[in-house]
Amino acid sequence: MIPHPDPTQETLVLNMGPQHPSTHGVLRVLLKMDGEYVIEAEPVLGYGHRMHEKMGEVRSHNGFYANVGRMDYGGALSFAHGHVLAVERLSDIQVPERAEYIRVITTELNRVASHLLWIGAFLLDLGAFTPILYSFDDREIALDLLEHVTGARITFSYFRVGGVCNDIDEQFIEGTKKFIKRMRERIPMFHKLVTGNIIFRKRVEGIGIIDRDMALRYGVTGPMIRGSGIPYDIRKVEPYSVYPEFDFDIPTYDEGDCMARHKVRMDEIEQSLRIIEQGLEKLPDGPVMMEKVPKKVKSGPGDTFMSVEAARGELCYYLATDGTDTPYRMKIRSPSYSNLSILKEVTSGILLSDLVAVMGSMDLVIPEIDR
Amino acid sequence: MSDALIQLIIILALALVVVAYAFGNSAILVWVERKLCGHIQRRPGPCEVGPFGLFQTAIDGIKLMGKQIIIPRNADKRLFMVAPVLSFVPPIIALMVIPFSKHVQVRDLDIGLLFVLSLAAMNVLAILIAGWSSANKYSLFGAVRAVAQNVAYEIPLLICLITAVMWTGSLSLGDIVNAQGGTWFIFYPWGFVAFLVYFITGMAETNRAPFDMPEAESELTAGFHTEYAGMGFGLFFLGEYTNMLLMASLATALFLGGYNLPFIELTGDGVMTELLRVFIFLAKAYGMIIVMIWIRWTFPRVRFDQLMNFCWKILIPVSMANLAITALVMKLGEL
Amino acid sequence: MIATIKEIIGGAKSLLVGMSITAKYGMSKTVTAHYPFETLDITPNFRGHIDLVVNTKTGKHKCISCMMCQRTCPSGCIEIKAEKPEGAKKKQLVEYHLDFTKCSLCGNCVEVCPTKALEYSNEYNLVGTSRHDFHFELVERVVKRADAMGIVVVEEKAEEPKPEKAAAEAPVGDDNSE
Ligand code: SF4
Ligand code: SF4
Repeated sequence: MIPHPDPTQETLVLNMGPQHPSTHGVLRVLLKMDGEYVIEAEPVLGYGHRMHEKMGEVRSHNGFYANVGRMDYGGALSFAHGHVLAVERLSDIQVPERAEYIRVITTELNRVASHLLWIGAFLLDLGAFTPILYSFDDREIALDLLEHVTGARITFSYFRVGGVCNDIDEQFIEGTKKFIKRMRERIPMFHKLVTGNIIFRKRVEGIGIIDRDMALRYGVTGPMIRGSGIPYDIRKVEPYSVYPEFDFDIPTYDEGDCMARHKVRMDEIEQSLRIIEQGLEKLPDGPVMMEKVPKKVKSGPGDTFMSVEAARGELCYYLATDGTDTPYRMKIRSPSYSNLSILKEVTSGILLSDLVAVMGSMDLVIPEIDR
Repeated sequence: MSDALIQLIIILALALVVVAYAFGNSAILVWVERKLCGHIQRRPGPCEVGPFGLFQTAIDGIKLMGKQIIIPRNADKRLFMVAPVLSFVPPIIALMVIPFSKHVQVRDLDIGLLFVLSLAAMNVLAILIAGWSSANKYSLFGAVRAVAQNVAYEIPLLICLITAVMWTGSLSLGDIVNAQGGTWFIFYPWGFVAFLVYFITGMAETNRAPFDMPEAESELTAGFHTEYAGMGFGLFFLGEYTNMLLMASLATALFLGGYNLPFIELTGDGVMTELLRVFIFLAKAYGMIIVMIWIRWTFPRVRFDQLMNFCWKILIPVSMANLAITALVMKLGEL
Repeated sequence: MIATIKEIIGGAKSLLVGMSITAKYGMSKTVTAHYPFETLDITPNFRGHIDLVVNTKTGKHKCISCMMCQRTCPSGCIEIKAEKPEGAKKKQLVEYHLDFTKCSLCGNCVEVCPTKALEYSNEYNLVGTSRHDFHFELVERVVKRADAMGIVVVEEKAEEPKPEKAAAEAPVGDDNSE
């Protein structure tokens, strides 16, 4: 906690949030400032805490489906993916292959939507108001497609232990193919409008540099660590689900600044599109739900650990159970929370405007931090 | 009636027209901005109230007037109330010397340009007072930024204006326009450079995005007008748009030949010719404003120190060099 | 010096490119739907609040009052009242009370139902002025929806009481008193 400054000193405390336009929700950052320069930035959490982990300990495995989407509104499906995979690993459930493919396809589609949301929000932070509408134009199509299979737009509750609750149909496949085509045409537009723009470049190049060492020290993950030149992606380093069957790259940039993170995310959209394309091609036939779904998913006493690559980084579920259908302990390592821990070190001594840019480039989702 | 009395009445009538026009201009510009921004963002913009949503601004104005005026407890009440008025009134007064056509000009002062500039500089005072009196750190940041930015940008602005004044040899706006005639100042390379620099600094002076440092929504919530609700905010808004018009009119008069068509002399003083001249003048001014709006909805905001660097390291040297070149060319022409 | 000039020229070009993009989109057609006058089609898979399936032949619901949904609901939003009228073999559903304010649309109830008696409604325009507007009486809704679909309700046995009717006549504001 930053102590109240001595009035004789030339610093002031600025309270950024919880209702600040660029904290994207209810994050509060206490800033100790010297004029426009940030001396120390201290995130204050807990304004949106809803005890999801505790809820996981009083609800059955099945009852937790709805909670995962409420943690990360941007990429709810990767959170669901981690959860069902953890439970399946815990209770030795085999999932039909088609279901696993569908999971990957929809998760990647959700990742694209999440990154599109991020571009818009990031540029809003930098003061450009138009790109968010363009990216939402595309995101809307992705969400329409997901709505068509899952029945919801943000909080999907689509994955089940043992499969998915609804099969995909021709309309989804056709629509997704069209979406991939469209996105491939739109990405160069974003690069022209945003990445090449001199004002944007001046705002993000060399700002908020996280070098390899610092990234490792704080354990940041996702596009942030890949922006620091470390190709760490759970989908490759610890493959899960059917990811080993896909051919995709992990984009990395060495600079470690906001621009590198921006580029990583833009490239990741392309890679996700590749995965979706391959997934639709390879999609096997068969059921989407295992045959005899137990009403209560039980397992012997034990614990398990599952990590997946969410849109914002490494997401881990730790489940310990004593043999009932309710976890005894649930621990979630959410990516934004760990990524936020670096804020203090990155932002000391930079300008207030840069702080906003750095926070934007972190892609913080506050409900996931305050889960 | 004596001649003086008739003159006075004409001046008062014209002044009233200009004040009314300033209000109407803000209403229309807000609509234009929202409509353009809507279409740029691929949505229709205001379209419910009146044809094409034309009366949306009027409705919004009524809404703003109906809102409670909240004065923060720690605010300096008097200054807090004065600031919005101070931001709105000076640009309107400055409009009085703008030559919209040969005769549609409330008063052609000999030092018209000086008059406009001194009143336009009041804008930053209003922002400073607003930011200081709000007793809010964000507002104060906005105010401090505004002062630094406006003071810095006034220099290249003035140098560019001096270039134009040197070329035309007068401080009276009417004379400046007449001196240009059909060959606008912008047609000369040095005139073009001066215009470009003026356009950029003009955007910075009116605090328009991408130079909207004092507001900087995503950094300073709303900057200097964070604490203003209702009509206080409304007046700042009106002031901003009137200032835009002032900047654009000044550029039109100084660089774009005012009410003249390119290369063609409009002769005659008939009512129709005068109307045509007003139309030409406004078309140029609004054309520039539309470009300003278009820029605002395309680019991200620049950073504060970059903004200052840009001014001190690029704009001022360029405008200085331009001034020197103009002087040289003029001297050579004399020889 | 040369680098600076190059940067300025390159930068100016990038700005013009950006402006040409916004101009192009500004000129093209808008993509939004003009909402109250124009609505988009909702996919049939849309998951609104849960509803009892109406049997298109008999105009009745298929619920057998097994209480599975009530037990499985993680948010505790289902309240079922069932009674066994004298002489009847099976339990009869009297009230199926859904508190939609608590529902997280997880879908567990729909999947757990042994007779597939539950479905998602396609209502997305739910608005209300109080939270009580989102307490639904599903048995009543079955009667109403069967009516709307033009299905003539077929009574199975004469001696059975008419639970649907009884539920329909119950005062609507009943649940407000909890
Ligand atoms: S959808 Fe889930 S939360 Fe809603 S009523 Fe059914 S079981 Fe309960
Ligand atoms: S699970 Fe189905 S049959 Fe059983 S009470 Fe619920 S709705 Fe009725």
